[in-house]
This record gives sequence, C-alpha cells and structure tokens, in this order.
Amino acid sequence: MKTKVLAIDDSRTIRNLLAATLEEAGFEYHCAVDGREGVDMYPDVDPDVVITDINMPNLDGFGVIEELRGTGINSKVPILVLTTESAPELKARARGAGATGWITKPFDDASLIFALKRVTGAAA
Amino acid sequence: MSGSIQDTFFEECEELLEATDEGLTAIEGGDHDSEVVNAIFRAVHSIKGGAGAFGLDDLVAFAHRFETVFDEVRSNRLDLDEKLIQLLLRSSDQLSALVEAARDGGEIDEAHNDTLLAALDEYIPEEEEDLTFEPMGLGGPAPMMDLGDLGGAPAEPQEETYRIRFQPLKEMYGTGNEPFFLFQALKDLGELTVTMDENELPGFDAMDMAEAYLAWDLVLVTKETRSKVEAVFEFVEGLCELSINGDGDAEAEANALAALDAMFAAPPAGDAAAAPEGEAPAAPFEPPVPAPEPEAKPAAAEEKASAPKAESGKQEQRGGPKPTLRVELERVDRLINAVGELIINHSMLAQQIANLNVSDTRDVETELEGFKNLARDIQEGVMAIRAQPVKPLFQRMARIVREASAATGKTCKLVTEGENTEVDKTVIERLSDPLTHILRNAVDHGVEKPEDREAVGKSKVGEIRLSASHRSGSVCIEIKDDGAGVNRPRVKQIAIEKGLIPENAELTDGEIDNLLFAPGFSTAKEISNLSGRGVGMDVVKNAVTGLGGRINISSAPGKGSTFTIILPLTLAVMDGMVVSVADQTMVVPITSIVETMRGSDDMINSLGADGTLLSIRGNFVPICDVAGALGLYRESDQQAGVYLLVETETGQRCALAVDDIHDQRQVVIKSLDGVCGEIPGVAAATILGDGKIAMILDPESIIAASPTAAAFDTERRMSNAS
Repeated sequence: MKTKVLAIDDSRTIRNLLAATLEEAGFEYHCAVDGREGVDMYPDVDPDVVITDINMPNLDGFGVIEELRGTGINSKVPILVLTTESAPELKARARGAGATGWITKPFDDASLIFALKRVTGAAA
Repeated sequence: MSGSIQDTFFEECEELLEATDEGLTAIEGGDHDSEVVNAIFRAVHSIKGGAGAFGLDDLVAFAHRFETVFDEVRSNRLDLDEKLIQLLLRSSDQLSALVEAARDGGEIDEAHNDTLLAALDEYIPEEEEDLTFEPMGLGGPAPMMDLGDLGGAPAEPQEETYRIRFQPLKEMYGTGNEPFFLFQALKDLGELTVTMDENELPGFDAMDMAEAYLAWDLVLVTKETRSKVEAVFEFVEGLCELSINGDGDAEAEANALAALDAMFAAPPAGDAAAAPEGEAPAAPFEPPVPAPEPEAKPAAAEEKASAPKAESGKQEQRGGPKPTLRVELERVDRLINAVGELIINHSMLAQQIANLNVSDTRDVETELEGFKNLARDIQEGVMAIRAQPVKPLFQRMARIVREASAATGKTCKLVTEGENTEVDKTVIERLSDPLTHILRNAVDHGVEKPEDREAVGKSKVGEIRLSASHRSGSVCIEIKDDGAGVNRPRVKQIAIEKGLIPENAELTDGEIDNLLFAPGFSTAKEISNLSGRGVGMDVVKNAVTGLGGRINISSAPGKGSTFTIILPLTLAVMDGMVVSVADQTMVVPITSIVETMRGSDDMINSLGADGTLLSIRGNFVPICDVAGALGLYRESDQQAGVYLLVETETGQRCALAVDDIHDQRQVVIKSLDGVCGEIPGVAAATILGDGKIAMILDPESIIAASPTAAAFDTERRMSNAS
C-alpha cells in the first residue's frame, strides 16, 4: 500500500512542487491550503506522514503540530515542517512543539524523499 | 522541473504581490494591524519560498531582506514610521520588478536594487543580517558532529565501516521519530547490522512508559561519505546519545573504538534471547522488524473510521474566500466565440421564421424570445468570467506614480476609486500601457513642483485620482490630477510650429487640449526621459481606440487636467445600429451615436460646392455621406435620408448620412485582421441574421476623411475668431 502524505502549504507553487515529487515517487498525497484545513482533513485522510509549512493563514505550522500532537488525534504521526531558513531556533521551536523533522526550502526531490524515508521508512 | 509549476509560481506571485501591495496600502493609510503585517510577511515569504525552488537567487535574496524587515515589524522590534513605510513601498515595487525580470527574462536595475537592499539592511539587526541559505538539497552537516574528515580529498569512494552507538532520549519519542525508520534509511547507504542493547531495560514492574531504555549498536559498511551517514540522524540530533566512528577515525578515537570493538566482539549474554521477534544479534538487518517501542501506541491512533479518499490531491475547497476555479483563458475564449455564434444563430433563426410567411408565429416568437434571453444570459455569464476587477491594474499604477515621483523629485500620491469595477481581461491588459503613459505624464507635466504648488496655495503633495466606473454599458476610466492644467498657449504654439494647425487657427479650449492627442504633437524639447520614452499621447489614443474606446481630455488652468477613457465592456460583442448604405447592410456602434433623425429637404443647407450641412434645432452640422466616404455607388434611387448624429473626441459633431435604419442589436465583432488590409472607415465586421457579413463602421475615421467636415471645421474656427 502506498504511503499517504498530507501536505499542508498555503503556497500553490509549493503544493504543486510537493505534489509533483510525491506523485512521481509513487506516494499517495493529499493537499491542504492552510493549517486549519490540514487539521480538519487529517482524520479523513489518515496519513502516514504530514508535511506542513510554518507560515500560513488561519492556523500556522506550529498550530498544526500542537493540534495533531495535543488532541490525541494521533500523537505519533511523523510531522515534517517545511522551512525556508536553516535557522536553528526555528527547528528547535518546531521540534519543541513535536515536529519529527524538517525539510528546508528549496528542496529537491532527493532531499524530500530522503526526509520521508527517515520518518516513515518508506521510499514510496 | 516542470514549466507549468513555474507558471503557477508566477501566477501566484501576481496574487502575492497584490496582497503585499494591498497590505502596504493599508499600512500607508494608518492600518498597522498585526494581521495586515502578518499577511504581507506570509506573501513575501511565499514568494521567497517559490523563488528558491526555481533558483531565482536575486528574487530570493531581495525577498529575504524584505521579509526579515517585516519579521522585525511583526515582532514589534521595529516601528512603522513614514520613512520605513516609504522604503517598504519601494521595496514592494522592486519585488514586482524582480518577479517580472525573472518571468520575462528582463534586466533589473542593479544599482537601484543594491540601494534598496542596503536601505533594508539598516533595519535588520546585525546578527540576523547574514542569515545564509542552505543550498539545494540537504542541510549542511549537523554542527555537533565531528567534521574532522571534511578536509579529506574526495578521491575514489572507499568502503568504510562505521560503528554507530545510538541511544534515544525519551524526548525523541515525542517527536514521532522511530529508530526503525532511521535504520532503514541507513540500510539504503550500505550493509547494516543492528544490535539492540536492552541492558538498561528494567524489570516490568519498574518500567516507566515515558522513559527510553533501549539503545542500538549499528555497524554500517558503506561507500557513502560520513556526512551522508550523519544526515540520517539529522532529525534526532540532540534527542539521542549518538556516536559515529569510522575506521578512518582510528587515531582520533582509538580508545573509544577499542572499547566499541570489545563490545561488539563480545555482546552481552542473553541478548539473543531477549531480542524481540527473534532478532539475532549482529544478524544482517532485515526489514520488517517491528520498531521496538517504549511507549504503547495510543488508542486514538487506531481511529480509522472513515475510508481514505479514493482520489488523491484534494485541494482548494473550503470556506473563507469564495472557492475559485482556474481555467485556461483559451477555454473561456472558445466559449465566448460559441456564444457569439449562438447570438448570430438566433438572429438567423428569427430571420428565417419571418421569411416563412406563416400567419401565426406567436408561439414560435415566444420561444424565440426565450432563446434570445437565454443566449444573452449565457453571454453575460461568459463575459463575467473574463471580467476582472481593475484593482491589480490600479495597484500597479500606484507604483508607476511612485517611480515617476521619485524620478522627477515631485511628491504625488495616487488615489484610486472604483477598484472593484470589472472589465474584460484583455481590456485590462491592454490598458496598462496607456494608463502608465498618462500617469507618467500627469506626474511629469501635470503636477507642479512642490515649491510651485505651495506658492499657489496648494498642498505640497500632488494628488492624482484614478477611478473606474460603469456607465451605461461602458467602462469609464478617469485620470484626474490637481496640477497646473494644460498650458494652452504653449500647446497651441507647438501645434503651429509643427504645422498641425494654421497659424491663425482659432480653437476652443477643448480643441487645444485635445491637440495633445494629435499625431506628431510632441513637446520634444520638454520631454524628459520619464514620460517621453519616444511615444506621444497619440499612441495612447491609438491604444484606446484600438480597444473600441474613446479618450478625451479636459483641463482647467491652475486646477488640473482630467483624462476620460470610455471603453466597451467587452471586445467580443457590442451594441450596434444596423443601417443600410447603398444596398449594403452595415453596423454603426451605438456608443458613438448621439441621436438619429430622418431629414427633410428644408433641413439641408449647402456649404461650398459639394458640402451640405444639416440644420438641427438651429445648429448646423456637416453631413458626411457614408456611401461616398466608402466609395460605394448607389444603384437604386434610394437616397440617403437618414442621419446619425455622431460626436468625435474633439467634440466635433457630424451627421452620417445613411439610407435607412433597420434595427438595433447586439453584434459579434469579427476582426478583419489577417482577412484583408485596413479599410478606411471600417473597424471590423460581423455576421448578421441572414448569414451575410456586415461591416462595422468607424465613424471617427469616416469623419476625419470627410472634406465637408474639414471645411466646416475650418469655417467654424474662422467664425469663432471673428
């Protein structure tokens, strides 16, 4: 069975980039346009891994992590945050909130797949 | 990388730039709400993120500085004062310019870019200034790692054996990281052997579910570099005790290695028996091995009530902003064409029913009327798809005014009205150049220098008002400045010098103002490289008339000038009056007709040898015979007896003589481009109900070519003079 990814980003460009890479690598993916939609979609999609942007309207990436970890919907699902900065504070903060790892934008196919591999074990 | 994603990026950039502009305009207006600041930050951030994906480094670098300043603002470390707001506005303009350059492959003004970057840097605290970007791909090696081998020559990759001790801290399990997956990732690098160390595992009753007791010893034989190995543990850095020792590190960590070797050589007794699922110590790693978990899986994780969506890629459908659909323009245009054909089809049907000679057509006519209404509904619906608010266009114009102000040392602000007025997309696109030109002109020639303004008691800041509104089936765009107005004596002087008007010409104020649009009128000496750019206002006029519109200027000395552009709502369909001229059916655009009348002999007066004038309520208007103007010969004895009173841009009136008026209806405009060359007096063609092609006339050019109109105009000027 394909590994299911829930990708949350308010940027259409990034969503498309993620979708293209995930599609090609054979993942099943679902996209949400902001944190609120992502959290709302979560139970239906029931993904194996969540990729979320940080800066988003309605509910930001930290909010997504807190809601997914906090409400017990699934405290174990791997959550990868998308970040532009390599700033350690941001990663530390994301991890403090419960993020599993991060993907630094711009990402290439290999680094995205590698990140997914490390948190789901799946190549697709 | 797929070009279509890049297209998406540029499309999205447009929206993000609009959002940025909108936010900055709100800030400029005094709205410093944190949501406004956040929205701008996100927009710029998204541009940066996308730009990074396509390697648009200039754009990334600029967006990054811009965003960092905004981050300072939203963290309340920086106050939005006037100076900063102006800088942000200029930066937003530059961001647009960079996006454009990236999209269209143009050049950017490096010096200007550097100036802005330097200005932005002044607002960025030292320690944040040199935030560097990670290159494409994986982040750099984690800082805590031993980088001792980095200097080594990257010769032929040698197989190396790494001995890895990995002991998760309990915090790691709260982040969703699983040792099992990390091992799988390691296994991709080479041959991996995993040994679990559960020596720390207490007895069952002493076990704390939240604690981490397990550790692993791994041996990886790989040709990959050390940093690749370290990268696997990137996410758990600081969340585990980790040591990675390669054979090559021998001299550096000889003792530790010896200890490890000793450990591997003699694994603790009981290991094999205790390993879950019979995992043998030091056995080659074979997935699937269940991840040993100190924590129990929460029950909630089993919550899989609803079936997963069959279709992947569910996107963009939720409350908040109205859901939208992105459609290729070409599809909409196909639809518009089809609707055009439908309208033609309707008129053909109506015509044929009329030709049937059936006595009672009432029922058919009722249905036909329904058909017509539906066709019109569809047409309006389709036009609405192509219609877009002028807001983005107006926002770009704010930038033009800022740039022009900066270049001329004047201070001007652009006030916009009716931004939500919707206009056909193509009209908006083609309106950009003329508007830009008019606005540059307004700043350059219209608005006075600040000191001059003060001297006459005006506010130092010039105001240019750009407004859009719907007026009876047309769109009206007005550009109004509060400058000095047209310098009429000077304009007239230039027109005489250029031979555009005779030296003794007497012109009304309106006529003088409209000389600005005359081809060949160019205040060359005066023209700065700002508004000049080698084109005159006649180019503006041509652009507007090319859209089926009209442009007019009115001016009041000392108070300013107003340019008025009237445009059709759509380029595809227009309201026309169907007339016959020398047995031919033609269409005159309704917008240019002031009134229509049947003439009687006593209304006709002669002017000179061939010219005739029509007397309307005591006023004389030159008559222009359309048949004559188009070189058509009348075979029948029908005479031109119907007059269409039209008014030109310059306020000149003329009566177009036609043979008869048939009907007033919507016609579908079919361009003649590529079908035949330019025909004087003819704007385009259409297909009528009977399937015949009819020319759509261009009254302006017919009048311009009419000797009577010209003679009358001269006469009038002479009489004005006396």
